[in-house]
Amino acid sequence: MKLLAIDSATEACSAALWLDGEIISRFELAPRRHTELLLPMVDAVLAEAGLQLPQLDALAFGRGPGSFTGVRIATASVQGLAWAAGLPVVPVSTLAAIAQGMIDAQGAETVACAIDARMGEVYWAQYCRNARGVAELVGDEVVVPPVEVPLTPELKAWHAAGTGWGVYADVLRERLDSQAVDIDGERLPDSREIAKLAVDAFSRGVAVTPEQALPVYLRNKVTHQRGGKL
Amino acid sequence: MKVLGIETSCDETGVAVYDDQLGLLGHELYSQVALHAVYGGVVPELASRDHVRKAAPLIDSLLQRIEVAPEGLDAIAYTAGPGLVGALMVGAMLGRSLAYGLGIPAVEVHHMEGHLLAPMLEDQRPTFPFLALLVSGGHTMLVRVEAVGDYQVLGESLDDAVGEAFDKTAKMLGLPYPGGPELAKLALTGDPSRYSFPRPMVDRPGLDFSFSGLKTFALNTLAKSAATSQDKADIARAFEEAVVDTLFIKARRALQETGLGSLVVAGGVGANQRLRDKLDTLDAAVFYPRPAFCTDNGAMIAYAGMQRLLAGNAMGLAVAVHPRWSLEGLGR
Repeated sequence: MKLLAIDSATEACSAALWLDGEIISRFELAPRRHTELLLPMVDAVLAEAGLQLPQLDALAFGRGPGSFTGVRIATASVQGLAWAAGLPVVPVSTLAAIAQGMIDAQGAETVACAIDARMGEVYWAQYCRNARGVAELVGDEVVVPPVEVPLTPELKAWHAAGTGWGVYADVLRERLDSQAVDIDGERLPDSREIAKLAVDAFSRGVAVTPEQALPVYLRNKVTHQRGGKL
Repeated sequence: MKVLGIETSCDETGVAVYDDQLGLLGHELYSQVALHAVYGGVVPELASRDHVRKAAPLIDSLLQRIEVAPEGLDAIAYTAGPGLVGALMVGAMLGRSLAYGLGIPAVEVHHMEGHLLAPMLEDQRPTFPFLALLVSGGHTMLVRVEAVGDYQVLGESLDDAVGEAFDKTAKMLGLPYPGGPELAKLALTGDPSRYSFPRPMVDRPGLDFSFSGLKTFALNTLAKSAATSQDKADIARAFEEAVVDTLFIKARRALQETGLGSLVVAGGVGANQRLRDKLDTLDAAVFYPRPAFCTDNGAMIAYAGMQRLLAGNAMGLAVAVHPRWSLEGLGR
């Protein structure tokens, strides 16, 4: 299985090439430089492997949530690459990518992920490590104020990760009744984890056409109609 | 050679394929006007969200309709500015990644250069050099066009763009968004002799414009009237006459000062019939793109992109968009 993953949903910008379990990747913290960096990263990992796009089996991208503009940069890019090379696309949650990072790095069994969504809210989701070692969503992905994040009472001993934890650690820890054992408030999504999640999803038949590769913003109230009515 | 053009700088998603031997092979446009109408103006975030949903399917359906395979394309051109930054990024990343995936060059296009060159898509086309009057919701400019890439801005609006003034005045008169064409329709039933509006800046030398005062004049006139439907029609007529006259006077002055013999009218306001009738009385050959190419479209980007490609302006893989971008610095 050969798969290329890209992500630019947060301050991080990354590309990763999965080659039957081996990963070649690039990662940079570069707010506002994603349009500049993303395609050169793609080119670099392909060149390092000596591969061309059409030799791959699929593409993957961080479909959000995250910065609206950042999510669209990766989305538009993956649409173009996939359409040009005739490849299927696997959309991957950026929250799941953060959870997978904690599973791989910390051996986490349960991960509570929060990305700072600004405006006093977090993008929030909880994950369990499944039998395949892959982050599996428990409940729903939501955008809510940190005091309102939905909980899963039957699960304990959360690993916690994401910039939402960096900003709202106290509120979230209290909300989880101090069940957060290990907090990584700086962890960002990385294409390495997106690739791993995408390979697993692809093997179970998850893939869309380039036109169907679309962002998941979670926050969909972005404006008010004239007169203040929503 | 075939160039695919992609336009996403504001609230229209436009795509087209231009062939340097065969001309325009086809174009598609998805307008977001209905989406933004309820807000009374373009909401940038909603525009970007719509572009990322619509652009790729639009390209796919265009190429199928004109029976051009992706491998049959020789380059991709995309609008890199000026415009809404988030909207521009969608078209730029889509266009650049398409070109990379196909192994062909990508060229960035200046949106206003697209408008300036749009008349080149018609059978009746001007020859260089010519004067261009760009009149849209975002721009009001008189430009000396020496050659592709060689532009001198002779005058521009110091405040509202002419299309913006049309839309704002229309809104004041209670007309639905986008109000420009609605105002022109209402003006048809207006009495031209009832109100006399000023012609801003025509008694001063130079080729700059100012339209915000006209909008205020319309507001004050409306406030003093009984605001009946006939009053509104009369105000619409007087406003339109004042705008058209002002544009006419400045265009005539620019033709005299430059000694140029042809005028190109581009941009959405170029579709206004009263403006066309008036400009046709100028002592110059006047060229208009068809109405569909006056407003934002992919065809003008494909055409300008072809010229850029022929001039050797291919881009690297690092994509940048230019929300503010001077027309004069472009170069040939």
